[in-house]
Formats: sequence, structure tokens, C-alpha cells
Amino acid sequence: MNILKENFRTTMLRFGLVGSIVALYLAAVGMIETFAPRMLIGTSITLGHVFLLLAAVGSGFFSARELKEHSLGITATAGFISGAVSSLFLVILTFVIQFFVIQADQGSIFKLREMFVNFSPTLLEFLTFGKGLILGNILLIGLFGIMGVLGASFSFLPKRIRKGWINGLAWVFGIGLFSENVGQIFREFNGTSLNKLLFTGKSLNPIAALLIFAIVFAAGYYGVKTATNNKWKTFSPDQQKQGRLIFTVLGILFLVALPWMVGLFLSQALFIIGMYVMMGLGLNIVVGYAGLLDLGYVAFFAFGAYTMGILTSTGELGRVGFSFWAALPFAVLAGVLWGLLLGFPVLRMRGDYLAIVTLGFGEIIRIMALSNWLASLGGGAQGILHIPQPELFGLVLDSPQLMYYLVVLGALLAAFVTIRLRDSRLGRQWMAMREDEDVAEAMGINLVQTKLLAFSIGAAFSALAGAIFAARIGNIFPHSFNILISMNAISLIIVGGLGSIPGVIVGAIILIGLPEMLREFAEYRLLMYGFLLIIMMIAKPEGFWPEKRRRQELKDERDRQLASQTAELEN
Amino acid sequence: MGAILSTHKVTKRFGGLVAVNSFEIDVQEQSISSVIGPNGAGKTTFFNCITGFYTPTEGEIIFDGHYIQGLSTDRVTQKGISRTYQNIRLFSKMTAIENILVGQHPHLKTLWFEALYKSRRFLKEEAEALEESIRLLNFVGLSGMGDHVAHNLPYGAQRRLEIARALASKPKLLLLDEPTAGMNPNESVELMHFIRRLRDELGITILLIEHDMKVVMGISEEIWVMDFGGKIAEGTPLQIQRNPRVIEAYLGRGAASGLNLTEEGEEA
Repeated sequence: MNILKENFRTTMLRFGLVGSIVALYLAAVGMIETFAPRMLIGTSITLGHVFLLLAAVGSGFFSARELKEHSLGITATAGFISGAVSSLFLVILTFVIQFFVIQADQGSIFKLREMFVNFSPTLLEFLTFGKGLILGNILLIGLFGIMGVLGASFSFLPKRIRKGWINGLAWVFGIGLFSENVGQIFREFNGTSLNKLLFTGKSLNPIAALLIFAIVFAAGYYGVKTATNNKWKTFSPDQQKQGRLIFTVLGILFLVALPWMVGLFLSQALFIIGMYVMMGLGLNIVVGYAGLLDLGYVAFFAFGAYTMGILTSTGELGRVGFSFWAALPFAVLAGVLWGLLLGFPVLRMRGDYLAIVTLGFGEIIRIMALSNWLASLGGGAQGILHIPQPELFGLVLDSPQLMYYLVVLGALLAAFVTIRLRDSRLGRQWMAMREDEDVAEAMGINLVQTKLLAFSIGAAFSALAGAIFAARIGNIFPHSFNILISMNAISLIIVGGLGSIPGVIVGAIILIGLPEMLREFAEYRLLMYGFLLIIMMIAKPEGFWPEKRRRQELKDERDRQLASQTAELEN
Repeated sequence: MGAILSTHKVTKRFGGLVAVNSFEIDVQEQSISSVIGPNGAGKTTFFNCITGFYTPTEGEIIFDGHYIQGLSTDRVTQKGISRTYQNIRLFSKMTAIENILVGQHPHLKTLWFEALYKSRRFLKEEAEALEESIRLLNFVGLSGMGDHVAHNLPYGAQRRLEIARALASKPKLLLLDEPTAGMNPNESVELMHFIRRLRDELGITILLIEHDMKVVMGISEEIWVMDFGGKIAEGTPLQIQRNPRVIEAYLGRGAASGLNLTEEGEEA
């Protein structure tokens, strides 16, 4: 019993204090205050609250997980106490703000806010719910405790309830966070009545929130997903084939209708997501399949964009005046050539060395574009202006909605090429090279050819994306092609799952789409990136949607049984 | 039948260290022969010279009528030499079938972009390659395991998969670097029979590096003994067992002089 007590105490204290540090950090960097105006449910629950209480939920969850084998009462209490403990530093902070910021002597040498700009009276107001120091702090501690229990519930609830519980919360959070966007989609469907039911102002209606939660929870509780899966398995192969066809058609219709459903602003986000999907698929060939860590992927993107700019610009730098379609093959070709050019010198390099050299090459392109030496060609820092938009049968693709189609076509092409090559000899060559370069060569694989093909095919898609990008925004400048693009591309394939095609799409939506939709918090973008990558590497290193191995020897379970039967007969 | 592989004064130096010193062997076609020697004698270095991992500092290697010293490993493989590794080196995240498919690489002729429009030639070749892979998988006794990722296979199965991968390139000469390492006596004997089957059924010449003397003496037709990079003896298993220099190299001078050699030889 003593051991339990001690274990109990240290666990709660440990996770409580860690949570406390996290909460203080979030307050200190200003995230809580910045996110406070974004309302989720009604006007009382905001994104700021979510971030504020994140630490409490986390510490409750982790201490409950540690004490999993004990009774429900103990884990729930542990969750409550560690949640309450995680408010410790924030409680101290409220007093610090009260006495050192608000009541600070004007003549005092020690000015806290010069260092910690985010420790503002507004933050104090938010932390104490406007109820004054004493009552506010009691509320804060209590709320943190309750959130600790909520976190603990993720661990102690029975599996069946837990799933619906977590999904329900996630759905409410997601719809609440993107209330405006969801509302926009409903408006396109003439659903103003539905909008009135669901949303009040810019956030979710509390009753609607409860409703959504109830629906999702019920779906999870009654196992709708597994039931559907089981039902699907009872269909005959022909029916399944038809079903798949129907889903494909529906999927295509959805992709076609999407930009008109979501409106102008989100279409622009979709365009950017599509562009990164295209780049991600290309980079996936280089990094995911061939295992060549390329950190200078932006170079090919820049090459495509600049080629498009130089060939089509109607400004003073455009001397050729090609149309978009005439210039497109040249842009792709330029990317491929640069891929080969980069490929040759780095053929003998591996791993870290390759990463450093490609990183350098990526920067070289940007700096060359900036230099006076190439200013007559690429315009130097002024860039290339007046790049015309593509035109198709007299229709100018001048809106994000129309350009979206172009990008989707490019991404589909990239996916098609990736799938076909993956399942061929070349795909196996790449993967063998990734696993063990020496042995791959000893299997008769020509490494020079295999590497150059990976570089140039990957480069082609990046250049294609660059060319479309140039035509979309009309003016290109060297600073548009900084290292962040390479980092985005590489992060999204890692988050999605190296070597996985759906993973690239998921990664692009999470890393590119979400920040586009949450533009007002752009200053925290890189912070969240880093946080997400660290969490991914610890919790799910294979990515959100890892690659599945193809089954080739035995097509299905029936074959497998047949094989084991024949094996038995032979013995 | 003549020699399929001849090495002529092959020497490999790493700085001042002579790892292989004027080593000469003649491997007869369709034979099973072994290179043995104490740890660190230079056997694997010698294999690496033959397969192109290293370029010999001096000397010539003649395989099937061609000089092959200094060729890159992929060219050597295309000439018809295939190998396995002392510490298994499978493509560990690929499935067993995929490993064997990679092994067939030298015999696939379609161009890479044919996969994009699935030319008839491509589909035919892929189907044949898959069929051949499954055949090889069954041949090494791994039927039903083709869809397992290589590093999830049991140790013995990995060894056999590595041999299947080596066979996939349809070699004339197969180099096996300590194939029984880490196996128990029963598995070793099983593998010994399997190696003999390779020669008898597929007509492949086999050259082994092996420490397990039971295996070496049991299947080799000719043995070369290596010590400090040089050849100290060659001959049939019987001759090698009687050779005092071999016993000296393995057991030390004192032990060698204390043994009654003739008696042991007669027993064998």
C-alpha cells in the first residue's frame, strides 16, 4: 500500500509539474491570448481555452496511463490532482502579473513586461475568468482538475465508450474550429436554415455541439464502421467491383465540385494543397522510394517557375511570349535537366553528405536568381512580372477554382506515374537501393542510372508545380523560393508516411492546408510544425498513413489456405 | 570440364596490411569447393575481390573466359557470379518475393517507362518474373512466406531467402560466405544437402567460405586453406585433413606436433 501511495504521489507530481511548465510556456509565448478570440462553442469556449487546458488534459492522461492497473477511483483522482497541480505555475503567474505588471511602480527598474511581452493584463483577465484573483484562481484550479479527469478518462474508460468519446470531442472541436468554413460550405448548398441551427455568430451553437457529439459518440459506440466493413465483406466480388466503381465516380464528382462548394478563399488553399501534393509525390520518389535525402527540392520548383516566367512573361523580361501550354514542357524539361545536373556530382554521396550538398544546391539557385549576373534573364531581386494566366479553348483560368483543376490534374498525373513505377522493376530498384546500396549494386543494379532517374522524375513534378505556381501568381521573386518550401515538402511526406501516396495527401492537408485555414495564427506556424514533428517521431514514426506492402505471392486468404493444405498433403 | 574461375596472383593491400597475398585458385566447373582458414585470414576480402566490391591491388581474375578484376559489382553479377553475405544482407523492409524479384534484375529487359503504359512486353515479363520468384521461393522451401517482410522471417529462412535471391540472377558461379553461421548442427546438415542439390539440379558451380568443418569436409571436392592472406594448402578434404601446416594454422605449432596425423586421416 505504501508503494502504491508513493508511486501515486510521484506520478501525479511529475506529470502535474510537466503540465504546469507546458501551460506556462504556452502563456509566455502568447499562444493562449492570441487564440482566445477564436470561438469554438458559443462565445464562452474559445481556442484559447483549449490551449490553456491542453496541459491539464495531457498531465491527467499520462498519470492515469501510468496508474492504469489500479481502480477507476484511483486513476480518476490521480487525473484530478495532476490536472490541478498543472495549474500551479499559472496561479503563480496571475499573482506575478497582478503585482509586477499591473501594480508595478512606474519608476521601478525591474520591468517584467519588457522581457515577457505576453504577460499582459488581458492574459490575467483570461486566466481568472474576470472574477478577480482569489475566486478566479479557485476556478482555474478546479477547471484544471476537471480537465485532468477528462484526460484520465481517455485512459480509464472502457474501449467501446472511449472511442466514441474521443471521436465525439474531436469532431466537435474540428467543426467548432472551422465553423466559418463549414458554414460557408452549407451556404453554397442553400442551407441557411441548417446554418442557423448549427452556428451562432462565428462559432458552434452549444446545443448543436451536443448534438454532433451525441451522433459521433453513438456511431462509435455501436461500431458503425466495423459493421459497414463486415457488410462490405459479405458482398460478392462483382458487387464489390461495382461498389468500387461507384465510389470512384463519386470521388471524382467530389473533386470536381469541391472548389465550388468551399468558395474562393478555401479554393486558394486547395490550390496550394494540390501543389504541395504534386511536389510531395515527386519528392516521395526521391526520398521515400530511392532513399536519397534531398533537402534542396525547392531548386527544381524554382527552375520550373523561372522557365515558365521567362518563356511566357508579357513584361519587359519576356522575349519569347510562349503560351502557358507551349512553355509547360520546357519548364518540366528544365527541371529534369537540373535534376540530372544535380544528380551527377552527388552520385557517390550518401545520407548526411547528400543532404548537406542538396541543401546547398537549393540555396545556390535562389542566390543565383538574386544575383546581378543573371538579372538580365531572371530580373534579379525585382523578379519576373506579368506572367499570363493559362488559357484553355478561350477560357482564361484566372480564378483559384479553375487553377485548382489544373493542379488536381497534375497531382493525379504524379500519383499515376508514382504508382506505375512503384510496381515495376524501377520501383524495386529504388527500394533495394534505399535498403542497401552495396547489395543492390551487387544484384546487378546500375546505381548511376537508378539514382539519376529518381532525381529527374522527382524534379519533373516539382518543376511542373513551379510552372503552375508561376502562372497562378503572375509575378515571381527569388525570395519566393526559400528553403522553407523544401522543408515543407520533406515534412509533409514524413508526417504522412514515407513512401505512401495517401500519406502525401494527408501530410499536405495537415501541414499546408490547416495553416492556410488558420492564417491569423501564422506566427505560430513553425512552432506548431516543430511540435508536430517531434510528437510524430515519438508517437508515430511511420507517419499518419504508412505504406502498405503489396501482397504478391498469395492474393487472398483462400490462396493461403490452399497453400497450407497442399503443404500438408506433401508432408 | 575446365576451370570456370581462375585467380592469378590476386593481392589486396590496405596500406601496409596485405589482406590477400598472391592467392591462386582454379574452380572447376560444376564443382563444390571451399576456401577455409582461421578468422581474419582474408577469405571475405578475397570474395570481395572476385565480386567487385574491392579492386585487387595486383593479379588477375578470369571468369568464364573474361578478365573481371576491377569491374563494378553490377557488371560482375551480369557476367554470372552471385553471392551471399556473412552477416545476412537482405533488403529487410521489402517482402521475400520482392527480394527475389530484385535478384532477377539482370534478366529483365523492359525499359523503365514501359511500366507507365503497361506495354504487353512489360506485363508478360513481370508475370514471368513473379512466377519465377514463386518457383525459387518454393525451391528453397519458403512457400507461403513470400508476402512476409524479410526482417520478420526467422533466421534460417533469411539465410535461405538470401540464397534464393542470389539464384534469381541465374548465376553460373555462386559464392556462399559462411552459409551455416549461426545454425545448429541439424540445420547445417540440411543446408549441406541443399547446397548439393543446387549443384546437382541447377548445375551451378559453388564456392564456399565455411567454418563448420563437418560441412566443408562433407561436401567439398576441393579445398584451399588461407592464412594471413596466403595459400598454405590445397587439395581434397582427405589431403587437407592430413596436412600439418593446416593443423598448425588452426591449432598452433605445439598442438600440431602432438597429434598423430596418420591415424586421424585414416579414420576419415
